Amino acid sequence: MSIGRFLIIVATTYLGLLAVTFFIGRVIPIDPVLAIVGDRAPAYVVERTREELGLNLPYWQQFLLYVKGVFQGDFGRSVLTTNPVMEDIRRVFPATVELATLGTLIGALIGVPLGVLAAVKRGSVIDQIVRVIGLIGYSVPIFWLGLLALLVFYARLRWTAGPGRIDVVFEYTFTPITGFYLLDSVLRRDWAAFRDIFAHIVLPASLLGYFSLAYISRMTRSFMLNELSQEYIVAARAKGLSETRIIWAHALRNAAVPLVTVIALSYAGLLEGSVLTETVFAWPGLGLYITDSLQNADMNAVLGGTIVIGSVFIGINLFADLLYRTLDPRTRNA
Amino acid sequence: MSTMLEVEDLSVSFPTRTGMIEAVRGISFSLGRERLGIVGESGSGKSQTGRAIMGLTPPNALISADRLEFDGIDLLNAPPQLRRDLRGNRIAMILQDPKYSLNPVMSIGRQIVETLRTHEDVGKAEARDRALAMLEAVQIRDSRRVYDLYPHEVSGGMGQRAMIAMMLIAGPELLIADEPTSALDVTVQLDILGILDRLVRERGMGLIFISHDLRLVSSFCDRVIVMYAGRIVEELPATELANAEHPYTRGLLNCMPEIGVGRHPLPVLDRRPEWAL
Amino acid sequence: MSLATMTRRDWLLSERPQSRMQARLGRTYVTWRRFSVNRLALAGLAIILALLVVAALADVISPYSPVIGDLRGSRLLPPGPEHWLGTDGQGRDILSRLIHGSRLTLFVVVLVAIIAAPVGLLVGTVAGYAGGWTDAILMRMTDIFLAFPKLILALAFVAALGPGIENAVLAIAITSWPPYARIARAETMTVRNSDYIAAVRLMGASPLRIVILHIMPLCISSLIVRVTLDMAGIILTAAGLGFLGLGAQPPLPEWGAMIADGRRFILDQWWVAAAPGFAILIVSLGFNLLGDGLRDALDPRGGGQ
Repeated sequence: MSIGRFLIIVATTYLGLLAVTFFIGRVIPIDPVLAIVGDRAPAYVVERTREELGLNLPYWQQFLLYVKGVFQGDFGRSVLTTNPVMEDIRRVFPATVELATLGTLIGALIGVPLGVLAAVKRGSVIDQIVRVIGLIGYSVPIFWLGLLALLVFYARLRWTAGPGRIDVVFEYTFTPITGFYLLDSVLRRDWAAFRDIFAHIVLPASLLGYFSLAYISRMTRSFMLNELSQEYIVAARAKGLSETRIIWAHALRNAAVPLVTVIALSYAGLLEGSVLTETVFAWPGLGLYITDSLQNADMNAVLGGTIVIGSVFIGINLFADLLYRTLDPRTRNA
Repeated sequence: MSTMLEVEDLSVSFPTRTGMIEAVRGISFSLGRERLGIVGESGSGKSQTGRAIMGLTPPNALISADRLEFDGIDLLNAPPQLRRDLRGNRIAMILQDPKYSLNPVMSIGRQIVETLRTHEDVGKAEARDRALAMLEAVQIRDSRRVYDLYPHEVSGGMGQRAMIAMMLIAGPELLIADEPTSALDVTVQLDILGILDRLVRERGMGLIFISHDLRLVSSFCDRVIVMYAGRIVEELPATELANAEHPYTRGLLNCMPEIGVGRHPLPVLDRRPEWAL
Repeated sequence: MSLATMTRRDWLLSERPQSRMQARLGRTYVTWRRFSVNRLALAGLAIILALLVVAALADVISPYSPVIGDLRGSRLLPPGPEHWLGTDGQGRDILSRLIHGSRLTLFVVVLVAIIAAPVGLLVGTVAGYAGGWTDAILMRMTDIFLAFPKLILALAFVAALGPGIENAVLAIAITSWPPYARIARAETMTVRNSDYIAAVRLMGASPLRIVILHIMPLCISSLIVRVTLDMAGIILTAAGLGFLGLGAQPPLPEWGAMIADGRRFILDQWWVAAAPGFAILIVSLGFNLLGDGLRDALDPRGGGQ
């Protein structure tokens, strides 16, 4: 695929995202102005707001203005926090990224080996376990499992800290640098804070990790089964290689090509799933920001969050695509 | 001529949901430093025979034999570690289609070096030199360039040469070639056969040449075994092929077109159930 | 086995069916035999059948009213002989609410399926059959939708349309048709150039007729498998919307909303939130098992087996 085609795909996907969010924000609501000023506002206020927002213009002009705004990083102001939405998002997004990254790490580091073992020892206990993990992972509501996890591990067993990202005690002593608290506490050598932050993140991250693991292990298993049935595996055996080497250096190296996409999709899924998880764990990230805004009919904030997550989705897909190309020599100069 | 491989009453069968499938049913032969051809249609058990000798039968298969010995080693009762040491090192196998039998994400050079370093304790530089020499031995002229190429970047003939290099680099004594030219263009087939022929002769290897092509086998081998439905129906020196007795062998021979001979009606291969008994 | 069943079996498995009906029944029978050796798939089927029965008989079998509770005498009772699964914060019997909630769950999955699947089928078959620019544009649209975060988009839709179960259904349907379009297009591409389609075309059939009568039926079985496998995801998304207060509105006994409701009592009266979540888990599991079984039975080559 040429660079030109690549750019067209990115551009149209992004334009599509903006068109859909525009449609949701401006076209569906009967009167967006009413949502802002309320239905008791006098007529001249309504009229002025309408003009200020450019709502008297035809839709296509509105859309162009909207696209221009988005490219300037202007999603409007949040009704709830009165800050520009972009500023709010910049503040809360690291929390979500930190959680999703940790979740994906857990999912990939455990899920890939588990899937490999399940494929190699087909029908064994491990295979059954992967199957059950997968089935439950695909069937259980994440927010419910989160509630139960809080009940058991926090309220009853007291193994982990409760909802939130950091204890109130540290609110004033701990100053973040990057917004990724685990990293920040290490950078500041604040081990007490690190322990507390870890105690807070471990439960939601494990939960997300479980869902990631369910998906990744199942896909790894099926990719590995496919690779292990290929002729080059017979050839590798005929060369006298050990099973360990055949599985991990030959089969998994080939399975890694489609696995990259799966792990990227899983990461994107966790970012999106943050809407539900963060609500349960009162995790001050983008997901919680979006749901809070939803509950207050703060459409600017909702759409801003949607666009940011959508952009990250597109970015992750692109990244996976590029990685795919570097991993598979067949796509390089074919 | 000393006997290298001894096969007596070898059977390979696969349990399936609908019953046992017997791929190989009690075959016996022995092999010295010679070229033995195994011929048969698909499903006749010729490939499974080769894989049973290699120890590459799928794990669910049942193998039994009164004797399956390579150089005095009882293959059936040999520990897996020993069998692995034999593979690639003393017994090697060439597969049909280099498009599928070479690892697509590993460069050709690395795949060749991998065989060598599995069996011999050699340094990286030496392994590279020997791989390059091996590539030249299979008549690849610009071996340095090919060394760094990936399998999809070379033609089928080139890929099969790489396959031969990969399998012969550790200097095996017995080579099993499972339809080594069937997936290639006719023009390339002869090149590959020439290379195989020379290497087998020079290195004094034993060769089992598995093919469906009776003419090819007879021109290339010293001795021919004809298999049908998991059994050996006839075994004879390649030169005596014209005097084959079994109707199945004669049928196979008859299927070969000849220039200048009218072929109406086209002969059809006769398959009688009693030959399978 | 009696003689009568033997002959019926032979009739079904006949190599030379005498009628279309016999051929169709025979094929169904073979698929069913493959499906029924899979015990997990049968368990999934049993769960879904049970769900249907419970939903149909909700009024008869639920012991109490799902919406009116006894605020004085029976708030937050633990599970016991009176209330098998306990009662919630408004003194309503949780079991009765679960039983009535099954109707909402079915309502959502069925409605999403009958909106999204035909849309995907239409887009996919038209794109695949027409080819060229039509194909390029339709598939680009599909890919754009596939690249979106589904749940967040559904959230935004519901936020704009206003909360409610119908809007939740619409939002989920809008975000879930693209995979069906992909599948339908792939199937269409494989048969588009086949001889029998060419024969129909030569006989003068219009493209519309070819697509609807000759191509769409071929896409149905893979579409059914995919829709069944997606059912669990639809249920989970709907429950998520309900949990966030954007799906079914009170006092409707929607399972996700019931979990949100029980969240306040999770520390001391855990059963209020636990029971509906468990119901979601079981039903989703049922659809997943059924979907896996169908996939293996209809397509014995592929799949995870």
